[in-house]
This record gives sequence, C-alpha cells and structure tokens, in this order.
Amino acid sequence: MENEQSFSDICGGRLALQRRYYSPSCREFCLSSPRLSLRSLTVVTSTVWLAAYGLFTVCENSVVLSAAIFITLLGLLGYLHFVKIDQETLLIIDSLGIQMTSSYASGKESTTFIEMDKKVIYYLCILLKDPVEPHEISQVVPVFQSAKPRLDCLIEVYRSCQEILAHQKAPSTSPQAHQKAPSTSPSIQKASIVSRGK
Amino acid sequence: MVSFGDPGMVLKAFFPTCCAAADSGLLVGRWVPEQSSAVVLAVVHFPFIPSQVKEFLAQVQQTSQVGVAVLGTWCHRRQEPEDNLGHFLEGLSAIFSHEPWLQLCREKGSTFWSCKATRWQGSTSPGAPSEDQVMIVFYDQRKVLLSQLHPPAILPDQETGDAAAGAVGLAAVFHTVARSEVLFRSDRFDEGPVRLSHWQSDGVEASILVELAKWASGPICLLLASLLSLVSAVSACWLFKLWPLPFIWSKLSTCEQLRYRLEQLTLIFSPQKAENPSQRMRKANMCVSVLLDVALGLTLLSWLHGKGRIEQLADALVPVADRVAEELQHLLQWLMGAPAGLKMNRALDQVLGRFFLYHIHLWISYIHLMSPFIERIVWHVGLSACLGLTVSLSILSDIIALLTFHIYCFYVYGARLYCLKICGLSSLWRLFRGKKWNVLRQRVDSCSYDLDQLFIGTLLFTILVFLLPTTALYYLVFTLLRLLVITVQGLIHLLVDLINSLPLYALGLRLCRPYRLAAGVKFRVLEQEAGRPLRLLMQINPLSYGRVVHTYRLPRYGCHPTHSWGSLCRKLFFGELIYPWRQREDKQD
Repeated sequence: MENEQSFSDICGGRLALQRRYYSPSCREFCLSSPRLSLRSLTVVTSTVWLAAYGLFTVCENSVVLSAAIFITLLGLLGYLHFVKIDQETLLIIDSLGIQMTSSYASGKESTTFIEMDKKVIYYLCILLKDPVEPHEISQVVPVFQSAKPRLDCLIEVYRSCQEILAHQKAPSTSPQAHQKAPSTSPSIQKASIVSRGK
Repeated sequence: MVSFGDPGMVLKAFFPTCCAAADSGLLVGRWVPEQSSAVVLAVVHFPFIPSQVKEFLAQVQQTSQVGVAVLGTWCHRRQEPEDNLGHFLEGLSAIFSHEPWLQLCREKGSTFWSCKATRWQGSTSPGAPSEDQVMIVFYDQRKVLLSQLHPPAILPDQETGDAAAGAVGLAAVFHTVARSEVLFRSDRFDEGPVRLSHWQSDGVEASILVELAKWASGPICLLLASLLSLVSAVSACWLFKLWPLPFIWSKLSTCEQLRYRLEQLTLIFSPQKAENPSQRMRKANMCVSVLLDVALGLTLLSWLHGKGRIEQLADALVPVADRVAEELQHLLQWLMGAPAGLKMNRALDQVLGRFFLYHIHLWISYIHLMSPFIERIVWHVGLSACLGLTVSLSILSDIIALLTFHIYCFYVYGARLYCLKICGLSSLWRLFRGKKWNVLRQRVDSCSYDLDQLFIGTLLFTILVFLLPTTALYYLVFTLLRLLVITVQGLIHLLVDLINSLPLYALGLRLCRPYRLAAGVKFRVLEQEAGRPLRLLMQINPLSYGRVVHTYRLPRYGCHPTHSWGSLCRKLFFGELIYPWRQREDKQD
C-alpha cells in the first residue's frame, strides 16, 4: 500500500511524499527533497577554480591549483556526507514509538527512535516570517499553552484558521499595485513536534 | 502474581534471530505486562519432562533475578504439516499456564510466520479465549547482550526482587537479555535435562588467548602493584619534602605528568576487579592511552638516537640560545633609542636598558658555562622518552621555561615597576583631586591635605605621569615576549592533555564493534504480507563519536587558565602578574 504525492516546501522547492501503510499499526512517511543540481555544482566548482587560477597567475605557484582541487573535493564530500539530506522518513509503530531517519546524499543515515512511553505533546504554533528575510522564520508563537488541548481539538482549530487565511491570501494576489506589503504576514503552520516529558 | 497487560495494546514478541531456524519446542522468556511485550530468550526442544523444565526455570529465576517463564510454543514445520504436533503443542498450554499464550509457527520455505496470542482471563466471551494482535520484533541476541545503553537506564545498585522491573521501555529488553546469562550457559552439547536453543547453543564462545591473559593477569597485577607502591613510597619519602624541592617540583610540569601517570598505572594494576562497566571502560581507556604513549615515546627515542641526531640537537642548542640573547640585546638597544618614533625619558631609559642588558650578559655567560654538559643532558633527557611521549613533551616545555627564564625575570621586573607606578599614580591622582582611600570603609572619601602634602604630592604625580610612557613601553614589550613563550608552552600542554584524556579504547570500540556502545535502537520493517502479523527488525543505534568522547573522556590533571579574556585584560592593564599554570596551591610571588 504505497502512494506518492508531490508537495512544495516553504521556499517553493518540490518535495515528494511517499506513504506506506504496512499494517493498521504501522505507517511510514517518506519526504524526498530534490537532489543536488548539476548546475549549482558546476557554478561553485568553476568559481573556485577560476579564483585559484587567478591567484596562480599572480603568485606563480602551482601549489595553489592543487590546493584548490583538494579543497573542492573535500568540500564536496563534506557537503554530501554532512549537509545534504536527501530523504527524511517518519515511521510510526503502534505501542512502540516513532522513528525518524534522515538519509544524506552520501548514503549515511542517522536515526532517532522515540519510545511510546515518552509523552508526546502536540501543539499548534504560529510561525512568523521575517519581513527582511522572506525565507527565514523570525518567531515561533505557541497557542493554547495553558489549556493544552489534544490533537483532535488542534486539528479543528488548524483547519478553521487555514480557511480564513486562505480567504485572506486570495484577494491579495490580484491587484498588486494597490496592496501595501504587510509588515509581518503571519503564516500559520501546524508543527507536531515530539517533546520528551515523563 | 501475573498481570495481564492492557488488552488494547498490540502484543510485541521479541524473538531472537538465532532461534528462527531452531526446531519446534517451547518458548522461554520474560513477559513484561506494562508494555505488553514478550521477550523470548530461548527455545526448549523435545523431548523434555515438564517438571524438569519448571525446576530448571525456577533455578534460573533464582540465580538471575529475572522472571523467566514458559511463554508459548514454537512450531517449525520442516516436512508436510503434522497435525499431531499441532494438537500436542495446543495441549502444552494447559501444563504451562501463562497469560497470554503465544503460538508462533513457521512454514517450510515461507518467510512469513503465523502468530497467535490467546488469553483466557479477561476475555469478552467467557469460555472462549480472546486473541490479541501480535507484532514480531527480531533482535540479534548476541549484540543486545553485549551492548550497553547510554545513558544507563538502570541504577547500578538495584538489587532487590525482580531487578529488571526498574527498566522502562526497550531498556527492559536489554536488561532482560543481559541478566539472563545463566540461561545461555548451557549449550547444545550439554547433557542436561533441558535442551535449549539460543545464541550460544552452538558452543560457548571463548578465546584461548583471553583465557590465558585472564589467568596470567592475577600474579602480574600483584607484582606490578607492589612495584608501583614501592615507587610511590620512595617519592613520598621525607627527603623530597625538604625545601626548596617541593617548590621546584610544583613548578615543573614533568613532575605533574609523572605523578599523573603513576596514579593511572596504580589504578590499572590494582588487584581488585572493576565493579561496573564504566569503571571497566575507564581502566581500558587508561591502559590503551598509556600503551600508545609509550609506543610513541619509543618511536621518538629510536628517531632521536639514530643518525647522530642527539649531537646535532646539542650542537644547535647553544647557538640558538645565543641568537635569542642577541635578538634581545638588539631589542633593548632599539628601546633605548627612539622606538617607533616615541620620545623616551633618556635617564630612565638608560637605567632600565643597562639593567636588562647586564642580565642578558649574565645569562649568556651561564649558557656558555653549561655548554660542555649540554650533550650529556640532552642524551639523558632523550632517554626519558621511553616513559612516554607526554613525559618528553613535558620535559620540552620545562626546558623552554628554563631557557626563557630571563624573559620571565624581565617580565616580572617590568610588571612590578609598572604596577608600582600605577598604584602610585592612582593614589596621587586622588590626592590631586583632594580625596583619599578609606581603608576602613573601603571607599574613596574626601580629605583635607596640608599645603606641603599637596605640593609634594603634585610634584610626584607629575614626575610619575611623565615617566609613564617609558615604563609602559618596557612593560608592553616584555609582556608580549612572555605571552609568546606562554603560548608555545600552552600548545605543548594542549597536546599532552589530548594524549592524556582521549578515550582511545572507547573510540576503537565504536569503530570496530559499534553495537557495544548503544545510544538507542532503530527499527526496520521487513517484508509484509496482508493478513500476517507485522515483522520488524530491531537494530542497535550506535553512539555518535562526539558523545563517545564526551562520555568517556579521562580526567585531566592540573587546571586550565581560569581567566576569562576580560579579567586577563584587566590584569594586564594594572600590571598584575599572570600565572598561566596554576598548580593546586595558590602561589604568591
């Protein structure tokens, strides 16, 4: 029982969500990010090598060129092994726990397993976008902190909020010239973050 | 006594991978009702006598404090389906009553298993059993037995009753398997009443080298421990407590390093066994660290003593010292002139410059006096490398300290002079403004001075202010030199610390046997078929290298500079002396 769907992340990049239902008590969700693009790799490599060649013409030492090659290789390997995450998987097993796996581009996998007897608290929060940097989140505001409702209540609230926000977004996309850019345009996102509490 | 767990929870059967190919028999293990999980430890094969099986399990339970019981039946059908076996197995549930009763069955040539867990009590329809949903989790028994969870889930001193009850969650599985070692001692070739299948059923694993080492370690440890106690007794002898020897020992980092190594060796060779795993790891780490140290030291020794390098080194030493002294003389000549275009007070300049030049002259004569003996000294110091690379590095650091002793003296003179000047200036500045420092109240109070006091005070103040640039410049130059020497010594100490405190055994273990150091577990879903129970594989998630180093790092001796940058700058500004390596007691200059 597998199906695949494509979504997009907050920056507009394409994501592919794969759902697998192994059994009524076990489900897996797999999000794949786009791979390393050849274009960006070529651009970075050419920049570094051009800079190294420029330095070489100035100081006439071929060590600069070898160093540039070395640095590019090491940098690429380091990026693939430590930075570039290709796939993130969430595996939920009833009465055992939740397992999160990140697989890097070089094949390395890092797994965290959170047991079921650790309390999982769901909370709804509002993520405010930074007016200066549109891709950065400037503030996380949790709601209903003292009431602490359960997941079903939060889902209700979330759905209603999204309806209203969708209304707000729709008129703003049409006549751009008349709109003033809002100072902070809050985008509500549900975050079910697993927090450990006994 | 038996609790039935929550019927709503899925029943988890932890099954060892080594028993998947075993013949049919009884499942023996522990039932954890809080998590509704059954940890299967072994399979008892036919033929057996039920009373003997019960007796054996009671024995195991008493020895290991783990609630071992018969959990159900295991059926491995190699030939065509045998109905008699099926009925026979069903009948066993009446003899060994356990709630819930597990029935695992594997067909020949099929990877999928069938699983049933029946309960009689607490079922909705009386007279008919209720079935639970089952999930099979495979685990590698050997790896789970040998691994150690970080952080440890159990308090080490929990001895009462069913000790494994304290562990929560999956740590309970680890704890159960680790505590049931007595169950794994009987293998297939034993002639006992019960025939078990588990990870050691093919014969207990042992290595003759390890056994020999264990047997030999007893007397060797005793011998070495007595030798080490002799050495420490000699070093604690009253001769070494005569002043000024303790003063010298406290200043030399070599003595600290030797003392540290002596303590470590005493701990390694102490005849008593380590109680808990962390002590064992610490001993192992220390042992490997000492061995690496000695190996590196011997490499250095062989390098030094080959091709006449000792002579080269000794020959190079005196010219280097000469060169340093010459550079210092040039520096002082420069300071006595117009350094960086600044105009100095000629008289004070000449006095200070000549004073320091005379010191350098004394130092050079001293070095030349020592020069015939240098080669012998270097040769003997080179021998110390067989005690370890760290000892040689400490000796190097001490030699640097001794060779730059004149820089240290200059720094102290310059700092004291500058400090006096600053003190004088601050108190005369208060006088200039008509205030004074009240010692009783620890604050600045106004005060009425006499005219002659004011006159002399102002005069002295002016003199000190105008002499300030000269002293400040000398102080600055010598402080920079001293900081340079301290940096070099600091780097050497950093390297020594690294060798001392890196837990090499733990890192090696993480590299070669990652399952020994477990941060947690991870699950993998195996091939599924609709209608069959869910099959998972539980693997061990090893600890990351950073956490390994953090957890098992060996304690260092001595302390590190406790100054923050702010306090350091403050001390430099006021001319207070900086002691970079504070040994245990506070030293007053």
